[in-house]
Amino acid sequence: MSDKIIEMKSVNKWFGDFQVLKDVNLDVNQKQKIVVCGPSGSGKSTLIRCINRLEEHQKGTIIVDGNELTEDTKNIEKIRAEVGMVFQQFNLFPHLSILDNCTLAPIWVKKMPKKQAEEMAMNELKKVQIADQAKKFPGQLSGGQQQRSAIARALCMEPKIMLFDEPTSALDPEMIKEVLDAMVNLAKGGMTMIVVTHEMGFAKEVADEVIFMDEGMIVERAPTKEFFANPKSDRTKLFLSQIL
Amino acid sequence: MNSKIRKIIPQIITLLVVVLIFGFFTLNAQVNMDNRGIEFGYGFLSQESSFDVQFSLIEYDGSHSYARAYLVGLLNTLLVAFIGIIFSTIIGVIVGIARLSPNYLIERSAAFYVEFFRNIPLLLQIFFWYFAALRALPLPQDADAIFGVFFLTIKGLFVPRFIWENLDIFFYSVIAAIISIVVIRNYAKKLQENQGKQLPVFSISVGLIIILPLLAFLIGGVSLDFEIPVLEQIATTSFIYNGGLGLPPELIALTLALALYTATFIAECVRAGIQGISKGQKEAAASIGLTPNQVLKLVIMPQALRIIIPPTTNQYLNLTKNSSLAAAIAYPDLVLVFAGTALMQTGRAIEIVSITMFTYLSISLFISVLMNWYNKKIAIKEK
Amino acid sequence: MSKINFLTPDKDNLNTYLYTGSFLFFIAVFDVFLSSFFKINITSFLPNILSFLLPLILGIIGLHLIRIEFSGIKNLDLLNKNINTSTFNAVLTLLIIFTIIKSIPPILSWFVLDANIAGDSKEACTGSGACWTYIKIWLRRFVYGMYPNDFQWRINISFILLVALAFVGYFPSEKLKKFLTLYYVVIYPIIAFILIYYLISGGAFGLEWVETGAWGGLSLTFIVSFFCLIFCFPVGMFLALGRRSQLPTVRYISVGFIEFWRGVPLITVLFMSSVMFPMFLPEDFFMDKLVRVIIAISLFEAAYVAEVIRGGLQALPRGQYDAAKSLGMGYWKMHIFVILPQALKLVIPGIANTFLALIKDTPLIFVVGLLEIVGMLNLAKTNPKWLGFAMEGYVFAAIIFWIICYAMSKYSYNLELKYKTER
Repeated sequence: MSDKIIEMKSVNKWFGDFQVLKDVNLDVNQKQKIVVCGPSGSGKSTLIRCINRLEEHQKGTIIVDGNELTEDTKNIEKIRAEVGMVFQQFNLFPHLSILDNCTLAPIWVKKMPKKQAEEMAMNELKKVQIADQAKKFPGQLSGGQQQRSAIARALCMEPKIMLFDEPTSALDPEMIKEVLDAMVNLAKGGMTMIVVTHEMGFAKEVADEVIFMDEGMIVERAPTKEFFANPKSDRTKLFLSQIL
Repeated sequence: MNSKIRKIIPQIITLLVVVLIFGFFTLNAQVNMDNRGIEFGYGFLSQESSFDVQFSLIEYDGSHSYARAYLVGLLNTLLVAFIGIIFSTIIGVIVGIARLSPNYLIERSAAFYVEFFRNIPLLLQIFFWYFAALRALPLPQDADAIFGVFFLTIKGLFVPRFIWENLDIFFYSVIAAIISIVVIRNYAKKLQENQGKQLPVFSISVGLIIILPLLAFLIGGVSLDFEIPVLEQIATTSFIYNGGLGLPPELIALTLALALYTATFIAECVRAGIQGISKGQKEAAASIGLTPNQVLKLVIMPQALRIIIPPTTNQYLNLTKNSSLAAAIAYPDLVLVFAGTALMQTGRAIEIVSITMFTYLSISLFISVLMNWYNKKIAIKEK
Repeated sequence: MSKINFLTPDKDNLNTYLYTGSFLFFIAVFDVFLSSFFKINITSFLPNILSFLLPLILGIIGLHLIRIEFSGIKNLDLLNKNINTSTFNAVLTLLIIFTIIKSIPPILSWFVLDANIAGDSKEACTGSGACWTYIKIWLRRFVYGMYPNDFQWRINISFILLVALAFVGYFPSEKLKKFLTLYYVVIYPIIAFILIYYLISGGAFGLEWVETGAWGGLSLTFIVSFFCLIFCFPVGMFLALGRRSQLPTVRYISVGFIEFWRGVPLITVLFMSSVMFPMFLPEDFFMDKLVRVIIAISLFEAAYVAEVIRGGLQALPRGQYDAAKSLGMGYWKMHIFVILPQALKLVIPGIANTFLALIKDTPLIFVVGLLEIVGMLNLAKTNPKWLGFAMEGYVFAAIIFWIICYAMSKYSYNLELKYKTER
């Protein structure tokens, strides 16, 4: 029984004529925390969006928790229920309260009874320190509070993998810490996480491996310490010098 | 294979349902037509129509074909649409800009105009103008001449008719003027790009459009004469104007109502367009040294027009479609002439209604396509 | 006292300018007032055209004099910035004021002072103003059409019930709130249909049958608007979703349907419904005129509603679709719980506009022989005992429509504001 929960082999993707992913190979084990970094336009977001099929790859194979993602995938919703995603723009549902945001999918997709869903939701909200805002609406919360709610919302589906697409890039500096703290806690709890981010401090603290992507290819992948101490490729060195 | 099937099955079902519905209708139509002995075919279009039309832009009487009657109706519709569009645009732009005036009185008056004419059904407005307002106009014999040559009476507006000599030469001179203006504009643009010099293109264009047609008059043998309407007695108490062009009160009531009604919507479009340009644009433009006129021409209007033009074109379409209300006051537009009189005479319901709807559809689609092309061309590029 | 230059008013001699200017302005207004209200021409000693233009000239001079920048008096500055920024502006202001003053007496006299409302025949209208007697006598017809007088209570009861049931939405407890949508979309229309069918149309339970051709007037306007409103909304919603569907067949059929109905005038659609429908249905299948009209108008308006809703669907940020998908929601769940609730709130003004257009389109049903209020007006004005009162009729109908449409647009505007602040 392979420990691998995500397998990507020779994945290629084009947007029209523009190739955004070039022959990407990536394996992720359970409970692994991986940080993906790179300049903008390198394909990092596209990469993780392929994992829950918000984007479709044209060549190569992607296997998530034993299910291959192809054109003929049935029950894509089921696979998506096992992969949670946190977006840069939070994407909370503005017409529902935080609590309702969190219980919506469990009730209607997992067919959970309402009471049970609400209990679980309050638990998740407590974990990200936002339980007191449960009845408020997204528009009434700050950016950091919204993003933490979004994390709780994703966690309410009890996913096996959590994908983060630049979760702190849209936040004011003083709110970044609270979101990162929530993510650190999540990591400590054993979740498999793939995080696209520029927050290298977070990478150093939590990530098992760091991947550097540029122009659609994985340029370098190494365990965290080695990545920062001894970057092998020149491009990696250039990138690190610019952001550290 | 599952995903493909999930995509194909609903499509097949939908297609099947649509085909079934159409089949059901066609079958019934066949049966009904057979039972009543009506044949189906468009050949009747070349038959003699044997009915007259009150107002027509082209030569027509009962001995012409139904096809020609269709043309008469179509031209009348286009005439109303054309005049209506021009007037509604003028009024709409003025009212729209007035709505943004800092002057309380002007802004309120414009708002009053919009709220007033917008909330009353168009049909009611047409009826009002035709049955109530225009009935109050004087009889031909009592009418005062406006500027000496226009007569506004209960039987219509009588205007002088143009009589052209060598109209084609005048036509060519206008075309020549337009072509030379285009050439000069392109040349001026290139000149500006290469050397930075700016030609007074506007003045040159105005000059050309006046001089060339003028030359046509002076040396081209074009002459313009006016036929002024003259009061004539056709019965003991009945007078009419002869000569000149008579615009029937139906046409006047229709265009008046259409223009006033549609202008309210255009005013709102214009207002939204101009308000949509943030103040920062004007400030930024002024801060780089552009004159107020240049700010308007280079920064404000291009952006505002992008917002204004699509919904305004929609309103033009609505106006054209609303012109079909002419049937209510017996103005011989396409619907009344063709789908009304011709249909009653020949009983060819399906053929005639289909042709009529197809005509309107074509006009709408044509303008939609034009609009889409224009939108794509000027779309502000975004990520 | 520094020099007083009448061409350039300035702060120094504020009072002089102020008083002279205001004085001239008020004389101008007063002159117009006198001449229009009391028909007194105080400048009759001047030649005709001068007498006509004098108020304008005086007003312009007056406003010019008080156009002092930064006078220090707050109200004056406000006034100047508002109506007096330049001569052109001043002229417009004066023209508007004069027009208002000049138009009040004729309007007042036609509507009220010289109008008649007493009596019950044409002879009672002796004044030169409006003959409201005509409206009074014909009011029943204008509201109920040709519906028999004795049975008009049935229409009254139906409407009262319908209106009462519409307000049910304000009462229920938290538990019942979720059934509200179901109520409005399914139950309420069914109740309405039953009411209309049995109470107004009759033919059962001892109530005499009244054919739909006899229905008319304002009650018909409401019935047609009501049912078309109810039907066009769900149809439009499906069309909007269909147009954005990924399945090509569904998409092309939706587009074709929408563009077809949007490309043709309503009057041809109504022609089609009365002339062509019988051709397309089996020989003995008779569909009531009113039903045909309601179907035709509903399909027509549904295409417009579809476009409005589509605008809302497009305006939603893609992130909402992404987030819902990432939570494992399928197409229908995503749309019902996340997309549509937001999209519909966005397009409230557009939908209100379409509803308004629907109400204003109802007079067109005269082409199939159904007489709602405008139709009844046209009928009434040709009655030989009451010739020549077309104006009163149209004004009456205009007022009614105006009130309804204006109220509705204000309501939708408030609704829009309410939803904007809720977010």
